[in-house]
Amino acid sequence: MMRSWYILLAIVMSALITFGLRALPFVLFRGGRSMPEWMQRLGQILPSAIMAVLIVYCLKGAKSNPIGIGIPRIIAVAVVVASYKRKHNTFISIIVGTAAYMIMLRCM
Amino acid sequence: MLKNLTAKGSGLGYELIDFVNRFSRRNCKKVDKKQLFKYAFIKSIPIMCSYLFVSMAYGILMEESGVEWYYSLLVSLSVYTGAFQFVLTTLLSAGASILTIMITALFMNSRQIFYSLSFVDEFSSMGWKKPYMIHTMTDETYAVNCTLELKDAEKKQVMFWVAFLSRCYWMTGAVIGGVLGQIIPFSLEGIDFSMTALFVIIFLDQWEKADTHKPALAGLAVGIISLLIFGENQFMLPALIIVSMLLVWYNSRKQVAVE
Repeated sequence: MMRSWYILLAIVMSALITFGLRALPFVLFRGGRSMPEWMQRLGQILPSAIMAVLIVYCLKGAKSNPIGIGIPRIIAVAVVVASYKRKHNTFISIIVGTAAYMIMLRCM
Repeated sequence: MLKNLTAKGSGLGYELIDFVNRFSRRNCKKVDKKQLFKYAFIKSIPIMCSYLFVSMAYGILMEESGVEWYYSLLVSLSVYTGAFQFVLTTLLSAGASILTIMITALFMNSRQIFYSLSFVDEFSSMGWKKPYMIHTMTDETYAVNCTLELKDAEKKQVMFWVAFLSRCYWMTGAVIGGVLGQIIPFSLEGIDFSMTALFVIIFLDQWEKADTHKPALAGLAVGIISLLIFGENQFMLPALIIVSMLLVWYNSRKQVAVE
């Protein structure tokens, strides 16, 4: 019972915060008020920095478990990068990279 | 992220635009709703491919971490943001505090602010659809909405269909994933790598479009340093906060330099 309340509360709070963030510009900039320039530039640079932190997050187990997680993950990331550079197809790159990782987990 | 994927489907898309244009010229009336839906569907095909697979992986992951499928469905319905949903799974199974979850959501999803910004005027004139359009803005629908070559009412109708269809794909995938996670007899260990792959692809897209790579490199550096200092389970929040602060500071310094 405790657990389901915890999960529900986590979901509701996440949903509210996410909607709030998406709706924020509509509150701040309604009626033709335009966005300050510093914010426009922040919008160009922030997403890639956040993505970079998320990638580190995905590879976080690499140090404590280099053989089980580190090496297979890094090779699989290289597979994703190489396939995406060549084909530029999101779908193919995700499948190829994930398959490579799952195979390596079972063979190493 | 779907810039190039959409290019693949756009051959057909352009024919359709051409058709739509000729159609509207000849009749000087509103374009057939069916045609707009068809156009929206074609535009949404790349989203379908990645959403079905990624949300399936999400459903399986939730199932594997012991969270029931109806929770995955609820998250996909109410939160609806790919990257954070995956992270939420790991936070939930680690029993992270509600406050940690809230702050992580705040910083991870802060990028959504900048997606909605481009569509403030258009969404605001969409009446009852406005809150739905705000809620369903994602990295992918943003990318597709930016490529629509239609005007006013027609564009708004197509944006609505794209948002609606994308969400259907996402929900369908999450449920299928939850069910598959239960019935597939062999272990799906490693399926969570699809999240890493998705982030890497979004990162590559942003890298190619950016005129400076400093923010991306700063993100990597802050991430790695925080990981070494705070450890695996604690580093994400400080890293997100530090890198956001750093960029705000870098940005304001640059502006002073310009003035």
